[in-house]
Amino acid sequence: METKNLTQEVIRISGANPKKCMKCGKCTATCPAFDQMDIHPHQFVDMVINGRLEELLNSRGIYNCLSCFACMERCPRSVEPARLIEAVRMAVVRQKENNHLKPDAIPALLDDELPQQAITSALRKYMK
Amino acid sequence: MEFSYFPGCTLKTKGKELDISARACAQALGFTLDELKDWQCCGAVYPQATDEIATRLSSVRALVAARDKGQELVTLCSACHHVIKRVNGDLANREDIRSKVNAYLKLDTPYEGETSVLHYLEVLRDRVGFDNIAAAVKNPLTGKKIGAYYGCLLLRPGKEMQMDDPENPTILEDFIRALGADPVYYAQRNECCGGYQTLENKPQAQKRATSVVDNAAACGAEMLITACPLCLYNLTQNAENPLPVKYFTELLAQALGLE
Ligand code: SF4
Ligand code: SF4
Repeated sequence: METKNLTQEVIRISGANPKKCMKCGKCTATCPAFDQMDIHPHQFVDMVINGRLEELLNSRGIYNCLSCFACMERCPRSVEPARLIEAVRMAVVRQKENNHLKPDAIPALLDDELPQQAITSALRKYMK
Repeated sequence: MEFSYFPGCTLKTKGKELDISARACAQALGFTLDELKDWQCCGAVYPQATDEIATRLSSVRALVAARDKGQELVTLCSACHHVIKRVNGDLANREDIRSKVNAYLKLDTPYEGETSVLHYLEVLRDRVGFDNIAAAVKNPLTGKKIGAYYGCLLLRPGKEMQMDDPENPTILEDFIRALGADPVYYAQRNECCGGYQTLENKPQAQKRATSVVDNAAACGAEMLITACPLCLYNLTQNAENPLPVKYFTELLAQALGLE
């Protein structure tokens, strides 16, 4: 898909409206993963608006977002950055052979205390 | 009082203590958790993408089963609660999702989000009442300094979860007080511990867990309570200086003298 269409597709499936953003930076200020987000949440929103999808598709932040919804709760404009981040991650993992976590890799990561929920959630976030 | 009950995958395995203590306390406090037959794992992450339908179906099946029994649906695990409550909201409020889900499930009566979803804590607060719980306490936890760990999933997004004020919650602190203990307030009580990252990026989960636990300890907490098995794992296994962490229902069982 060419970038312009892909941007529209990401916005559509996200259910969010990045154009409402007033660039206050509160989402980044409150993000507990901000230091692991190579593209900070407020930048992420701006880059969606400007169609810079290639960079977002290749960013590490789409995997490091904790899905904690702090940015959604605290955005004064109800932009819901986490929805955009998830939509971009979906655009990556939905492509054939593009799973971010392979089931074969999981057994080596387990320990005796690990709850099932950790595996289920990783599969849902990183695989299709 | 009888409720339909969705335990979820972890409460049958690594998080058994949460399920067992919750059932025992329910019995002691006069309500019944009627486990749904054939429930399926909720997936543990709410699918935010609006075109995700298959990942919403297990939640809808549980919601429909409760509706067909004429009961409210009670959850315990923060992640199950988050997923099922938000999917229910989608079915009530989003025509695009509602029509696709119903076209797929072909139910006799289409589902439109009519089941009421309650977290066990809401049953304690709104149906049993914290006053009645305080009156039922046999072993008050006097002098114990306990930090409530809400984490992220239980309260947010506030307008969908509708349990408590997501920025200044009181439900767990009021619960702690009802058991005779002293709640400890600390800044990170409603910030994410990073538990979802424990497989994919362990250092990130370690850093977040350490930050939460250190903050609670600095404010004087001797232990933490949670409703989430993944938080419990992350805070005890991934924090640098862990504090004891228990499920809130284990603490309740102890105070009610059920151990
Ligand atoms: S908090 Fe909301 S309005 Fe402010 S920069 Fe972030 S997305 Fe934009
Ligand atoms: S949902 Fe992701 S981007 Fe938003 S505050 Fe949490 S970690 Fe940061």
